[in-house]
Amino acid sequence: MQKGRCVMGMNLKFFDALKFLVRKPHTVRVPYEKKEPAKRYRGIHVNDWEKCIGCGNCAKICTCQAIEMVEIPTLTPKMGATNLRPQVDYGRCSFCGQCVDVCPTGSLKLSTEYEIISSDINDFKFIPNLNRDSGPGTGWESDIESSLLDFKRVEMPERDPKERKKDFDWVLKGFSEEEAVFEAVRCLGCALCVQGCPTGMYIPEYINAIFNKDYEKSVEWMFINNPLPEVCGTICTHRCEDACVYHNRGQAVQIRYLKGFAAGKVDDYEKVVGISKKKADKKVALIGAGPASLSCAFYLRREGVDAVIYEAQKVAGGMLKLGIPRYRLPDSILSKEIDFIKKQGVEIKFGIRVGVDVTFEQLLKMYDAVFIGTGYHVGSRMGIPGDEGEGVFDAATLLRDVNLGKEVKIGKKVLVIGGGDVAMDATRTALRLGAEEVILSYRRRYVDMPASDEEKHEAEAEGVKFMTQTLPVEIVRDKNGRITKVKYVETEMVHEEGARRPKPVPKMDNVMEWEIDTVIMAIGQKPDWSFLPDEWKNKIKFDRRMNHIIVNDDMMTDVEGVFAGGDIVNPRADAISAIADGRKAALGIIKYLEIRK
Amino acid sequence: MGKIREFDFEYFIGPAHPGVTGNMSYHIWAEGDTILKIEPNLGYLHRGFEKLVEQRHWIKNFPLILRICVPEPDVNEVLLAMAVEELNEIDVPERAQYIRIIVLELARLAAYLFYFGGVAGAIGLYTIPQWTIGDRDYILDLFEELTGGRVYHIYQTIGGVRRDTPEGFEERVLKVLDYLEERLKDYDKLFFEHPLFLKRTKGIGIVDKDTALRFSVTGPNLRAAGVNYDVRKQEPYLIYDRFDFDVPDIYRDGDVYSRAMQRRLEFAESIRIIRQAIDKMPGGAVNIKIRNPFEYRVRAGSTYVKLESSKGEYGFYVVSDGGVLPYRLHVRGPSFSHGLQLVRHIAEGTNIADISMILFSLDVCPPDAER
Repeated sequence: MQKGRCVMGMNLKFFDALKFLVRKPHTVRVPYEKKEPAKRYRGIHVNDWEKCIGCGNCAKICTCQAIEMVEIPTLTPKMGATNLRPQVDYGRCSFCGQCVDVCPTGSLKLSTEYEIISSDINDFKFIPNLNRDSGPGTGWESDIESSLLDFKRVEMPERDPKERKKDFDWVLKGFSEEEAVFEAVRCLGCALCVQGCPTGMYIPEYINAIFNKDYEKSVEWMFINNPLPEVCGTICTHRCEDACVYHNRGQAVQIRYLKGFAAGKVDDYEKVVGISKKKADKKVALIGAGPASLSCAFYLRREGVDAVIYEAQKVAGGMLKLGIPRYRLPDSILSKEIDFIKKQGVEIKFGIRVGVDVTFEQLLKMYDAVFIGTGYHVGSRMGIPGDEGEGVFDAATLLRDVNLGKEVKIGKKVLVIGGGDVAMDATRTALRLGAEEVILSYRRRYVDMPASDEEKHEAEAEGVKFMTQTLPVEIVRDKNGRITKVKYVETEMVHEEGARRPKPVPKMDNVMEWEIDTVIMAIGQKPDWSFLPDEWKNKIKFDRRMNHIIVNDDMMTDVEGVFAGGDIVNPRADAISAIADGRKAALGIIKYLEIRK
Repeated sequence: MGKIREFDFEYFIGPAHPGVTGNMSYHIWAEGDTILKIEPNLGYLHRGFEKLVEQRHWIKNFPLILRICVPEPDVNEVLLAMAVEELNEIDVPERAQYIRIIVLELARLAAYLFYFGGVAGAIGLYTIPQWTIGDRDYILDLFEELTGGRVYHIYQTIGGVRRDTPEGFEERVLKVLDYLEERLKDYDKLFFEHPLFLKRTKGIGIVDKDTALRFSVTGPNLRAAGVNYDVRKQEPYLIYDRFDFDVPDIYRDGDVYSRAMQRRLEFAESIRIIRQAIDKMPGGAVNIKIRNPFEYRVRAGSTYVKLESSKGEYGFYVVSDGGVLPYRLHVRGPSFSHGLQLVRHIAEGTNIADISMILFSLDVCPPDAER
């Protein structure tokens, strides 16, 4: 039996063997044919420099340390990017493709090219670009689904729009600890966000502390360059999130709300930050108690310089208090942080209007330096027929009166004109004051609105009707002077050559109407220079339109010892820029005072 | 055996020898053609994997740890993923589980093809290695299509696999399986039923049941010695309990012949498993989001995970201190027992001409003894 099997298996049968004659060999082909790689083959790196932001995460994840970030001096990086580009050493690379899977922008890919043949060792180390790209759909490409990163953020829980529009309570519910840590873990620590922050906060550091649930450490990092962390953690314009690497393909890390969460977890800043005991025997006057002055005063006090803030209103906070509605920034948060600044020894003189109760020159004589942080408090009007009189408000005044608790009477059908954050605040405040219908008129397109996306969405959720590409031309009043209608025309976007963005051109031939009883104009605000004597208006250098003061790097104006910051200097006009200006001015003042010594 | 005398021959097999799979060598003392003593020499391949692992984030270890074994790297990846998933109590998506089974079994097929070629080559049947290595390329092509890599696949990740199967992949797998099944008949004719093979391998290099157990031999080597133990059956990992397959228990002599035939039969079983996996594979996600590879932490604790590799029981003992780096990872490779200890025992007294065949038939993979 055994023998029989042996004999049987001795050879392949004739026909069995014959089939190999015509078979094409699968492995080696003569003459040499280059093997066609599979679509997903992991070959040589390709990097799209246009998309690459030089964050260095590929170098960070490389298990073979084959990737090195190399500076390309000819590149001028845009916001949220560096001019570093990865260089790959193919003596080390193991073609695992994890660099591709961790790439936040998707610029990096492994092509199906696999041949580098050279006798020069240096040819195996190069900075990948698009030269060896095997085309889209080939190679190991980065996609959001299979990326190692999660491009979805934890959304901030909000109150139901139907409920929240009835009162002025905070619309946000705040993160739970679990949510905050779950969101904080997304931070890769590449620190490109810091470029976006006007004051350059230590964002990766404080987010890492949040991830480790060490909120005190987190707050310590924040106070290095921002004395109002919880305020910023609530209403900041979060330029950091626009610079976040996740923003390129998905949702940025919730940097703003994480900051607010951590700051909110620390009840007593004094324990963490302490009170400065330094004494410098100098004093500085600050005009206006807004974020710029508060920030400046805080950092002056940290160095022992006495800071006295002159505030015309009876409350501190400037636009934070008077411009931002309470449903966005509750009083408790604002007063907690202002109280801590006061605790540092900052004196605030309320109800004293510079130029009326005390002159600007007096301040200059009494103090070693003066900081102007008066902000943009005067609302503008359109100047169309009928905009003088009852029923027409400018947004700045309306919001200020509401925030100060004054009684404001508006009608049931409100028209808000404008497309910025203030316009959004005005629409939502109008709803809370009892308006039944709120129409927002903006002359450009929805995408052109300067208001932040979330403000737009929140306003829409609360029922504001957006009428974009419309331009009110006349406010019609009845014989009693009450507003009955607003006439408007539609606009057309016309792109002019050389212009930055298309221009709205009204189509005057077709005039339409809204039934309206109240109009709120949120078309921009202006500074108020009335506190400055005329001769000083000439001494201090302004820009062409007298909108902004021109300052040097230390925030000092053309006049020695006079510093300025906030909206009156910075066209970006947001709280964080003002805080950054204030801090910069504080450092400038300290420098100036020491020089004079 | 007797004492080694001055005039006995001394031989070195390896580190570069077709009879030794990988970079290790054996030092042989022989009297005439009879081996008196054999000593394995390690150290040609020590890369310090266990220490390197401790210095890398969890996710970064996937491209590293699989380099322990060239013919069958996937087991290392799967084990690391399994260990992390067990410590962190992660539910792996169903589809990923099935893909893992397909990958593991395809890797087993590839490793067995390598093995057939090796044993046949050691005997002198040189056509077989040409065929099996060539046919293994069909499997490598599948791997290339699925994972982007031919040999090192780097395809597993925490909570699943890195990419979903490409379009039409399943059909192409089935096609390759059909081909391999057809091919098995040719192998039978030219190899498994070849008189030369029978003559050379029967009764050679016997590892009996007791010896196998005493030396903690696992895998096909143990099964060929008559102990029907397979981790896939005895302690099913992943989703092996959902598949209908047999652990062949026909050859029990423990000689080179039994070991080769055991693998020949298991080869067909693996094909059965892959067919079932493709048949049952559900849709859906193939991985979970770990959110941040640099901050991924594994809960403090330790675990021992094991699976049935083509060489035997392969295990990782993983200790985590709750940090972003593993605290300790120990590899239990199957080759240590049968590659180092057992060889010393069974090779003594055998003919020098049979030694490379015996070594190859045990399927020793030096790097898993030498991490």
